Amino acid sequence: MLLSVSFTLLEGLVVTLELFALTLLFALPLGLIISFGSMSRWLPLRAVVKTIVWIVRGTPLMLQIMVVFFGPGLLFGLPLLPRFTAAVVTFVINYACYFSEIFRGGIQSVPRGQQEAGLVLGMTRSQIFFKVTLLQVIKRIVPPMGNEFITLVKDTALVRVISVYEITWMGETYIKQGMIWPLFYTAVFYLLVNGILTLLFGWFERKMDYFK
Amino acid sequence: MPILDVQHIEKHFGETRVLEDISFSLEQGQALAIIGSSGSGKTTLLRCINFLETPDQGKIVVNGETLFDAADPATQREREVRKKRLHFGLVFQSFNLFPQYTALDNITLAPRLLAQEQPDFKARKKEILEEIVVEGRELLRKMGLSDRADHYPHQLSGGQQQRVAIARALALKPDILCFDEPTSALDPELTGEVLKVIRSLAEQKTTMMIVTHEMAFARDVADQVIFMDSGVIVEQGEARQVIEHPKEERTRQFLSRYSEN
Repeated sequence: MLLSVSFTLLEGLVVTLELFALTLLFALPLGLIISFGSMSRWLPLRAVVKTIVWIVRGTPLMLQIMVVFFGPGLLFGLPLLPRFTAAVVTFVINYACYFSEIFRGGIQSVPRGQQEAGLVLGMTRSQIFFKVTLLQVIKRIVPPMGNEFITLVKDTALVRVISVYEITWMGETYIKQGMIWPLFYTAVFYLLVNGILTLLFGWFERKMDYFK
Repeated sequence: MPILDVQHIEKHFGETRVLEDISFSLEQGQALAIIGSSGSGKTTLLRCINFLETPDQGKIVVNGETLFDAADPATQREREVRKKRLHFGLVFQSFNLFPQYTALDNITLAPRLLAQEQPDFKARKKEILEEIVVEGRELLRKMGLSDRADHYPHQLSGGQQQRVAIARALALKPDILCFDEPTSALDPELTGEVLKVIRSLAEQKTTMMIVTHEMAFARDVADQVIFMDSGVIVEQGEARQVIEHPKEERTRQFLSRYSEN
């Protein structure tokens, strides 16, 4: 029994981790772009970006998953996206918005003098961003990013609303057979993944300790 | 011909006029001190000259070349402004060293990036980069910081950080080196080492503009002094004469407040 439960849960874990990894892969760069939009000197762009971020952060992720999956069909008669794709799209948009605010906070917390020092040394704006600002931003955003990564691992359980069979779904199937322990077993997997993430973030934070 | 000629600079922040009809010139190899109380516009003037602020009126001419003319937008294009900034070096009150780089890397970063724009960079890459490091170490030696090359800014005292910042500005060989209250953020016991470095630069005939609150230093090191108040130049002239025998009542009042302290 233990072995068969293990295999079922591992199957779900693969889906969970795929969703986790794909979300990060696309949401991190998209979040950076959104953060530039939210700091734009051009008011219309800034207003549009801030409104989108407000809507995405202000509504439940579960609701967004349903809208992205069912919306195109019900509103425009379009074919449904594959369930997993719909899940990835929703997570990328949602997490990019949260990341963008973390990036914005990080970028704005780098003292203005850093940029000015780069300017008077004849650097271009992109040189200043990549050679001077970026690493200082990364150092500052490590702790809040750690939080987001851990939340993301657990949020993946929400895709059950559109029947993507991730690990929590798999664990739940045993309830119908009158077993509760597979749910605790499921929790162990989450704890393991988040334990590894916590260690990695701790290691990275120490790695960035060489400067202040 | 003066190396720097500033003509009728005017600058507003919103409704407030912070600089009004500022004109002065500076000869090659001379040191100019700008004194005045806080809020008199000294720092804004220095920032205008370094293209960190854009004046509303006036011209900035270096070596006969008009670098900035408020009436001519062609002189204000970002791409060219970047190159024009290289005529000037700026040492900030708060050092603004890059925290993630060692002292040596702080000095060599900008020269390395600029070297990439040289046409022969690809062919002579290794040689060019080695030269830059050698020059960087030489600058550190001049600043008395040879043994601090591999230290990060947070491992250095304020005075050491400011000397690294001076070396960083010198590394690009600016025509005119500007200092914005270089010792104001330092503990009193650390100002001496920084002033000593600036003094030796003056002795080597480095062309400099120094915004400072150190009156004795301005008198002894600068050739010329400008006294500013409420955005205008109240008095300018030979350093010893302005500080010891000011002509204007406002200068006298300002200086007497300093001698009381």
